[in-house]
Amino acid sequence: MKTSVAQGWPGGVYDVLVRQNIRQVAYVPDAGHSDLIERCSADPAMKTTVLTTEEEGVALLAGAWLGGDRGILLMQSSGVGNCVNMLSLIENCRMPFVTLITMRGEWGEFNPWQAPMGLATPDVLSRMNVQVHRVDVATDAAPTLDAAISQSYDGLLSSAVLLSQRLIGRKDFEAEG
Amino acid sequence: MTDHLPLLNRRETVARLLCDRGEMLVVSGLGSATYDVAAAGDDPRNFYLWGAMGGTAAMALGLALAQPERPVLAITGDGDMLMGMGSLATIGARRPANLSVVVLDNEVYGETGAQPTAIAKGVDLVTVARGCGLEAPDDIRDMNGVGTLAERIHRPDGPFLANIKIDTHEYVRVLPARDGAWLRTRFREAVLGVAP
Repeated sequence: MKTSVAQGWPGGVYDVLVRQNIRQVAYVPDAGHSDLIERCSADPAMKTTVLTTEEEGVALLAGAWLGGDRGILLMQSSGVGNCVNMLSLIENCRMPFVTLITMRGEWGEFNPWQAPMGLATPDVLSRMNVQVHRVDVATDAAPTLDAAISQSYDGLLSSAVLLSQRLIGRKDFEAEG
Repeated sequence: MTDHLPLLNRRETVARLLCDRGEMLVVSGLGSATYDVAAAGDDPRNFYLWGAMGGTAAMALGLALAQPERPVLAITGDGDMLMGMGSLATIGARRPANLSVVVLDNEVYGETGAQPTAIAKGVDLVTVARGCGLEAPDDIRDMNGVGTLAERIHRPDGPFLANIKIDTHEYVRVLPARDGAWLRTRFREAVLGVAP
């Protein structure tokens, strides 16, 4: 399935993960994350874990931090709904948490099944006390994530960075035929 | 089914597993597993879940990856393990050698009125675990098996799962601290030597 992924941002985001000493990367894949996942998987200093559902990633990163590893959860907006109750772990334990979310269900979305969770994503995260930072311009991705990681791991907060579908690129269903 | 055998006492079972724990780090699943681990003796290297159902094994996975030199043990009930069954696939794919998952299986949701779990209807967690690539012995049904298991969970050649058949008796609740922020600070101080 072809996507017109904005060039450049995954490299800058990867550099932020390295500089911020992110050691565990858990993900349910999204086409928009594929470049970043490849970079992280190729880095021997990062432990990447593919999940069966996004809520596993919330629990996994909590365990990682208990053991001294900083981590990040990569997912698409549909996965946010899967995380809701597990975020109570983060809230109750006042643990740091960072997630980088590629948005679906907006900006010319072809698939209506992506729309409900895409629309609800910022509100759902906010209701679970996760601070939401939306990025619409590719050059903002790395500095926004950098700030989010700092305030999460230094400031013990929960942060989500949403990469808009306009930035990631519309998923092109028609091209596949 | 070998119903003629008396089922194991969960408190004796968990106490036996943890009596020579060494450097072991423990994550316990919500409900009775948390009470069992507390009853075996409070320890700052225990992380007691009081919620986050389905997350015990996944949390232990993250911990095991972060602390590869120490044995990590998830102790939980069959209800929690069924909810987090996908995490067995995640663990099987990731293959942390230092992670063991022990399921205290009484075939009921003990905290909510003893409604039968899927295990009571024939679902087999050992087969699931093997299918996910974990080493898993047959269901453990006696204290000899628990004794063997107590040594096995220290061997760094996992990932490993054991399903222990326990009785449904409700023991006096031994309630550990439930302030998660305090528990995690205590854990990190004990394991990492750092304050938050």
